[in-house]
Amino acid sequence: MAGELSFEKPLLELNRKIEELRRFTEEKDIDFTDEIVKLEARAKALAQEIYGNLTPWQRVQLARHPERPTTLDFINALFTDFIELHGDRLYGDDAAIVAGIAKFNEQPVTVIGHQKGKDTKENIARNFGMPHPEGYRKALRLMQQADKFNRPIICFINTPGAYPGKAAEERGQSEAIARNLREMASFGVPIICIVTGEGGSGGALALGIGNRLLMLENAFYSVISPEGAAALLWKDASQAQRAAESLKITAQDLFELGVVDEIVPEPIGGAHRNFAETVTGLRSVLLKHLDALKTMSREELVVDRYHKYKAIGRYAAFTESV
Amino acid sequence: MLKDIFYKKRRYATVRTGQAQDRGEEKAEVKEVPEGLMIKCDKCGTIAYAKELEKNLKVCQGCGYHFPMTAFERIAMLLDEGYFFEYDSELLSTDPLNFPDYLSKLKKDMETSGLSEAVVTGEGTIKGYPVVIAVMDPRFRMGSMGSVVGEKITRAAEQALEKRYPFILFSASGGARMQEGVLSLMQMAKTSAALARLNEAGVLYISVMTNPTTGGVSASFASLGDYNFAEPGALIGFAGRRIIEQTIRQELPEDFQTAEFLLKKGQLDKVIPRQELRHTLAKILDMHTVRRGS
Ligand SMILES: [Zn+2]
Repeated sequence: MAGELSFEKPLLELNRKIEELRRFTEEKDIDFTDEIVKLEARAKALAQEIYGNLTPWQRVQLARHPERPTTLDFINALFTDFIELHGDRLYGDDAAIVAGIAKFNEQPVTVIGHQKGKDTKENIARNFGMPHPEGYRKALRLMQQADKFNRPIICFINTPGAYPGKAAEERGQSEAIARNLREMASFGVPIICIVTGEGGSGGALALGIGNRLLMLENAFYSVISPEGAAALLWKDASQAQRAAESLKITAQDLFELGVVDEIVPEPIGGAHRNFAETVTGLRSVLLKHLDALKTMSREELVVDRYHKYKAIGRYAAFTESV
Repeated sequence: MLKDIFYKKRRYATVRTGQAQDRGEEKAEVKEVPEGLMIKCDKCGTIAYAKELEKNLKVCQGCGYHFPMTAFERIAMLLDEGYFFEYDSELLSTDPLNFPDYLSKLKKDMETSGLSEAVVTGEGTIKGYPVVIAVMDPRFRMGSMGSVVGEKITRAAEQALEKRYPFILFSASGGARMQEGVLSLMQMAKTSAALARLNEAGVLYISVMTNPTTGGVSASFASLGDYNFAEPGALIGFAGRRIIEQTIRQELPEDFQTAEFLLKKGQLDKVIPRQELRHTLAKILDMHTVRRGS
C-alpha cells in the first residue's frame, strides 16, 4: 500500500490479519473472537512500542508522508468563509504558497501557508511546496494587508525549502526571504506560526516570524535537510538518519532549545491517521494563544516578537580578568 | 576549553575590548608579511610582491581580482586611523547540540585566525563620520552564522539604534552554521528583527556583500540594506550552484550568482571596487548624517 513506512510494517500487517479474521468470522461463520482479542492486544502494544519511541528520522518520514494533511486541509478544517487570494502584483502567482482571508472562531484572520500536492500531478503544479520569490512576496502583500486591517496572521509551515532554481535566484530569492523576516518582525498584529510538516530552512522561516511558534508533534524544523547535512558531513546522503539525530530537529528538541512555544500532540501513528483529532487539538491550542495575544497592543506585539527571537541562541561570555 | 585557547590567543590579538586601540600597532601585527614574499593571482596568474598587493588593498593589478580580506584588514582599510572600539569580543560559541567535531573545528579556527568568532563588530569613523561596523571573516568556519555571529550583529544594530549611527555590515559567509542547527537558522530572524528596528527609526543601514555571501546570510541581513552593495566578482546567492544544476538539470551561465550578474538582474544597487569603497561610503554617509562635532 502507498504511504506505508517501513517501520510501521509489522503493525500494519498485524492490523490486516485482524481484519481478515473479522471477515472470516462474518462470512464463514467461524468464531475467531478469542484470536481477535488476543491480536488486538498485541497490536495495541506494538503500536505503543513503535509510535511511543519514534526516532528523529522516523518523524521526518511522518512529516513528509504523502498523506500528511496540507495547509489547505488545515485551512478548510479550522476556518470558515475562506477566500483564497492570489498573486504578488509583481510577477506571478506562486501555487507553492496559498493565502487568503477567513474566519477563525468568528474572527477575521489572514491565513498563509506552504502548499504541497496530494499526488504527483498536483505536486508538480505546486512545485512540491517549494516557493519562488513571488510566493514570499504574495505572502508579504497579504500580511501587510492584515496589518492594515488589524487582522491576526496565522501561518502554516510545510516546505522542503525555498526552490533552488535559476529563475528564483534571478528574481531575488534571498531578498524576498530576508524582507519577509524583517517585515514580519514589524507588524502590529498577532502572528502565530505552526510547523505542520517539514520546516525546511530559510524557505520555512520566511513565513515563520511569529509571537508564537507552534509545532505538530511529528513535524521537524531544520537549518538544512538531513540528506544535505549528511552529504556535507560524511559525503553520503544515505547517512541522513544519523544527521537527523545530530541536527536536533524534532518538536521536542526545538522546545528544549527555546525555539518552539508549544508542541501540538498528534494522534497515534501521525496526523494523517486521524485528521479530525489533529484538528481538534490544534484548534484549542490556537485559540488559547490567539486569546492571549489579543489583549496586547500593537506596540506590545512587536516588542514581544523582538524579545522572543532576541532570546534564541547559546553562547558563553568571558572577560580578560577571568 | 575554548576559553583557554582564545584567552591565550588574545594576548597578541589586535584589538582589545573596551578601549580604543592604536591602529599603528594593529596594522603592524595583522599585516606582517615577510619581505620578498610573492603572491600569484588565481584568476590571471599575475605575480606580485605581497607588500605591493597589500598597498593595492589586495586587488590584483593584472585583472582586478579582489583577494579575500581578513576582518581586521578590512577595518584597517575603511576606518580612520587610530580609532576602533570593538564590541562583544568576549562572546564565544558553545556546542549546544553536542554536534560531532564542532568544538575541535572552532578551536582550530580560533588558532589559525586569531579571531574569537566569524564576525568582528565595533565602532569607528570613516572620514570623520561615526559608524557602527560589522565585518565577517571567511577564515572562521567559512564565515558561517551561529548564535554568536547572530548575537554580535544584533547587538551592533542595537548600538547603532541607540547612538543613531549608521550601521555598515560587510558580509562574507557561506550561510547559517549547520553545527548549531535551528539555533543558527533563528539568527536570521533575530538579526532581521534588529534591522527592522533600525528601519522603523530611520537609521541608515548599508550592506556590502563580499565573496562569498550565500545561504542564510544572503537571505537575511545581507539583503536588507537601505543600500545593497557588492565587491566585484563576489559570489552572492541563496542556493548553491551545484544544487541548482542538479535541480534544473541544466548548466548555469559562467557569471551566474556573481555581483555583476545580480546587478544586471536588478538585485543590487551598485558594484563598488575596493579602491573606491571608502570614498563612496563617505559620500553616502555625508548625505545621511551630520559630521561629528558640527
Ligand atoms: Zn589577477
